[in-house]
Amino acid sequence: MSELDDLYQEVILDHNKSPRNFRVMEEANRKADGFNPLCGDHVTVYVRLRDGLIEDLSFQGSGCAISKASASLMTAELKGKKEAEAGELFEKVHKMLTGDGADRGESLGKLAVLSGVCKFPARVKCASLAWDTLNSALNSDGEIATTER
Amino acid sequence: MKAAKKATPADLKKERFDVDAVRRDFPILNREVHGKPLVYFDNGATSQKPQTVIDALSRYYSEENANIHRGVHFLSETATATYEHARQKVQAFINAAHKEEIVFVRGTTEGINLVAQSYGREFLKAGDEIIISAMEHHSNIVPWQMLCEQTGARLRVIPINHDGELVLDEFHRLLNEKTKFVSVTHVSNALGSVVPVHEIVAAAHARQIPVMLDGAQAVPHLKVDVQALDCDFYAFSGHKMFGPTGVGVLYGRRELLDKMPPYQGGGDMISLVTFEKTHYNVLPYKFEAGTPNIAGGIGLGAAIDYLIRLPWDQVIAHEEALLAYATEKLSTIEGLRILGRAKEKAGVLSFVFDQIHAHDVGTILDQNGVAVRAGHHCAMPVMQRFGVPATTRASFALYNRMEEVDVLASAIQKAIEVFG
Repeated sequence: MSELDDLYQEVILDHNKSPRNFRVMEEANRKADGFNPLCGDHVTVYVRLRDGLIEDLSFQGSGCAISKASASLMTAELKGKKEAEAGELFEKVHKMLTGDGADRGESLGKLAVLSGVCKFPARVKCASLAWDTLNSALNSDGEIATTER
Repeated sequence: MKAAKKATPADLKKERFDVDAVRRDFPILNREVHGKPLVYFDNGATSQKPQTVIDALSRYYSEENANIHRGVHFLSETATATYEHARQKVQAFINAAHKEEIVFVRGTTEGINLVAQSYGREFLKAGDEIIISAMEHHSNIVPWQMLCEQTGARLRVIPINHDGELVLDEFHRLLNEKTKFVSVTHVSNALGSVVPVHEIVAAAHARQIPVMLDGAQAVPHLKVDVQALDCDFYAFSGHKMFGPTGVGVLYGRRELLDKMPPYQGGGDMISLVTFEKTHYNVLPYKFEAGTPNIAGGIGLGAAIDYLIRLPWDQVIAHEEALLAYATEKLSTIEGLRILGRAKEKAGVLSFVFDQIHAHDVGTILDQNGVAVRAGHHCAMPVMQRFGVPATTRASFALYNRMEEVDVLASAIQKAIEVFG
């Protein structure tokens, strides 16, 4: 059961139970909805962006422990960071989730708890939903993010 | 001591179904998943295949492969005969009055799309109404929505109550002079509810409204007799009834099929083609353009051969006992809520936890060798009705055992431990 323990680490369970920045943000100037059409999970990501800085970041929605924890960890990690850093991190997280490349999250700090996901191909989309949604919010084409790409 | 009573024929019928004998016919049931014996409870998505079906596919490709309806050579004649014989098996299996009422399609979805596009576009117009139910699979919603967009017809929906049963009073209220078509499921894929289709058909027919039934989840569990049901169209999939994927059946009443235009154009569906005019082939070929899934049709015939040899009274009793046992067993698990408490159900047990998402349950069950479906089951309106994003669905087949329900229950306990 070690792969399972790897997937549902304490930090994940904690973020699932008490997600950080889990709220609607009235003063957001960037916002996007993300859906996982396979399972019906959805997430809304709110961003307050000023001069390339992510001043505030929050999310709402419903999903499994993996999608919720991933969204929660993402908001905690990127609040106060520059937009460009978010883009870089997005790429790294994607690689970690899909097991593409050598990085098993060593350079990702707290986000490394999501590395267990790559052993569960069916769950990769759960973990990437919030990140894809943030990406659309920042690119703000108003397009709805979906995990089917 | 009482003297043992001699068994009557009725007692023999009630004899316990020999599940172990049936399981030996399905090779995949011997395998392990993640080091645990496979417990396959995802039959609503697709059923496993008996060796006889696998052999029929293999035999066709290794010994009989040829195109049908067009060759004068031996192999083509053999393949044509086997394929057409499969059609007769389907006819007998669902007790259709005529062989030409059996149209081979890719599956239930294509069967419904065929009726929506062929019957619907020919006979429905702006302002007409189509009745479906709130319990439909997306494949019995979206084709009608598309038809509504094309014709200006309007979709009306029979609501469901909290137990997951259709509110029939509302159905009777929805019926009016604008109603031109009714299409409902026979058994709900998300909740397992058996729909009282007799009442629906009778009420619709009293107003000369044709009725289509989505039989995808009914055929593996119930004895289906389209003449007794008196429906006008009935669609089902081969792969959910122990046959191959990519083949299914649309049954249609001959008088209606005759009046309907072809669904797709191509080879096999014509009798004469000139650039001025094309004459369409007779039923059912008018609806079967192009080379069909020949192996699939033959495999479906083999699945029917397998099914009709089984003692169906025992099969039905066994499945009822399985569902009752699973319902009772899972009801005792704290925090678990069963969705769908219809008085009459078949094959499906859908459940949720307020605190644990269906996906997480599904992953943990999988690690214990238990295959279930976690998600919206292509029935998002059902999820919306019950205010949940997803459910975990255990769906049963005749080869499942009571002991497997125990494995499911203890795997659910493990999920509770992780998220406790």
